[in-house]
Amino acid sequence: MEPIPAATAIAEVTPVETPPAASLGRRRWSRWLSNPGLVIAALVLAAIALLAIFAPLIAPHDPYAQSLDARILPPAFVDAERADPAYLLGTDNLGRDYLSRLIYGARISLLIGFFTMLVSGTIGTTLGIAAGYFGGRTDTVVSFLITTRLSLPVVMVALAVVAVLGGSLEVVVLVLGLLLWDRFAVVMRSATMQVRGREYVTAARAIGCSVPRILWSEVLPNVVSGLVVIASYEMAQAILLEAALSFLGLGVQPPLPSWGLMVSEAKELMLFEPWMIMLPGMAICVLVLAINLLGDGIRDVTAPEGRS
Amino acid sequence: MLRFAAKRLLLALAVAFAVSVIAFLLLRASGDLAGTLAGEEASPEEIERIRTLYGLNRPLVVQYGEWLLRSLSGDLGRSLFYPDSVAALILDRLPNTAILASFGLVIALLLSIPLGMVAALRRNTWIDRAALGLAVLGQAMPSFWFALLLIFFFGLTLGWLPVSGTDSLANFVLPAVALGWFSTPVLMRLTRAGMVEVLAADYIRTAHAKGLPVRVVLVKHALRNAVAPVVALASVQFGNMLSGSVVIETVFALQGIGYLAWEAISRKDFPVVQGILLVVALFYVLLTLVSDLLNAWLDPRIREG
Repeated sequence: MEPIPAATAIAEVTPVETPPAASLGRRRWSRWLSNPGLVIAALVLAAIALLAIFAPLIAPHDPYAQSLDARILPPAFVDAERADPAYLLGTDNLGRDYLSRLIYGARISLLIGFFTMLVSGTIGTTLGIAAGYFGGRTDTVVSFLITTRLSLPVVMVALAVVAVLGGSLEVVVLVLGLLLWDRFAVVMRSATMQVRGREYVTAARAIGCSVPRILWSEVLPNVVSGLVVIASYEMAQAILLEAALSFLGLGVQPPLPSWGLMVSEAKELMLFEPWMIMLPGMAICVLVLAINLLGDGIRDVTAPEGRS
Repeated sequence: MLRFAAKRLLLALAVAFAVSVIAFLLLRASGDLAGTLAGEEASPEEIERIRTLYGLNRPLVVQYGEWLLRSLSGDLGRSLFYPDSVAALILDRLPNTAILASFGLVIALLLSIPLGMVAALRRNTWIDRAALGLAVLGQAMPSFWFALLLIFFFGLTLGWLPVSGTDSLANFVLPAVALGWFSTPVLMRLTRAGMVEVLAADYIRTAHAKGLPVRVVLVKHALRNAVAPVVALASVQFGNMLSGSVVIETVFALQGIGYLAWEAISRKDFPVVQGILLVVALFYVLLTLVSDLLNAWLDPRIREG
């Protein structure tokens, strides 16, 4: 049993005036709100998510509708003379509205990021907690799986599997999910190892709780804070990888408006119409940045030293 | 140390075995090999004949064993597209990727170590925050997009550097910057963390107290201790660059194994894909083995724990 610090021991026996619940909740809120990076990231992410969910209501045009007499029109801020006010961010080489395609593209990125993170998170967390809790032979096997996974070149394997199975959203999610679980496993393994010896786990074992019950209601809740940070990081990673696969022609297939695919379709025109690669690239950048900053912010707020 | 080395070597061998099984199964999963080898207009009898001729009708385990023995002797099979053998193709392209990755690593270290050092020395000032912001922004950019931006500014607009091909060393500059850029944030954070820790150590205070010039204290005493983990990570990053160069080499049409891999995958030339996968993965296994052994040799705490 760990020694209890004197201050805590005293606080436990001295009756202190407990603050009413409302003020405690408010104090917690103020801790979250006083982190500007976290607030901005959350707002940006919420805005992108709303755009994605309500894309059919918000997008001014059909993202797939081609218009041959409105091809490669620049946005007004790039070239006011050639711009058409009907197309706020211009049109691509098939005359499709760029703004509508960007808005629908958010759906692809968010869907792939979220579901990949669910798949990889489930695999990695299960393996990591099993390795950390049982140790011994289980741990050896999981370490072996992690090392094997790390030695596989992610982009190459993902490209090859998509080439064999075909590029659909489901295949990309499954491939990336099966490749990106390593960090979950590594972090969950060491977090579980720290929790394994705590009193509440020993107590649960002593009163005869089953192993699944201990893992589910004693171990998991106590390692979950680290999970949020990796989850955000891996979601960002999945979005970047999907964009790269689609850019290389072996991810999501045309005519779907994947941001990576949009950059790929515009790269031939890069010299004359640089805005065509700028806009989708910046969209990826903003989304990934928001997810990463949200993860960093949550880590800072939930870390014990952040609670001052 | 010997015990640790033996255990680590055993793990590396097991991983190498697993990787070889994955590479073998990838080719088998890519479709009916006999059909591919016979060509599109082959009759069912011809396909059967080729299946028997190449022994593709035998149990998978037997085929795997034979394939493994041949691969170990350096025979990785033949390309379906090029007249060359897979091994010859890889050997032909490998030097370009090696140059690119080494160049990329040098750029990453030249960026990350000074930046990380300055950030640690001027902790919580605007320099520190700017360096951190750069790292966060760098991690959020898609690599292919960053590469295209480099092409646009330095190649097309300013005309300073060639943007595609493998003709001269100048062709490697932009791809190496693009590749090195993505290893910079993690190396920079590690340098900064290492420096912050080392600067608080007693021996730094002692060095300052005995009147050594600041430069000597920082470089000889602090940096040398702070970069030890950076060097270990750098070797792993080098392995990541070898495999991560698929995207960068394709954007710059640089004739390395990454570009070869992309071409082969696009053409469904799976024997080549299999060979590259095997070579890259085994190289990574070797690299991490050496890096782990080096670390354990330098730091006894690792081999005991």
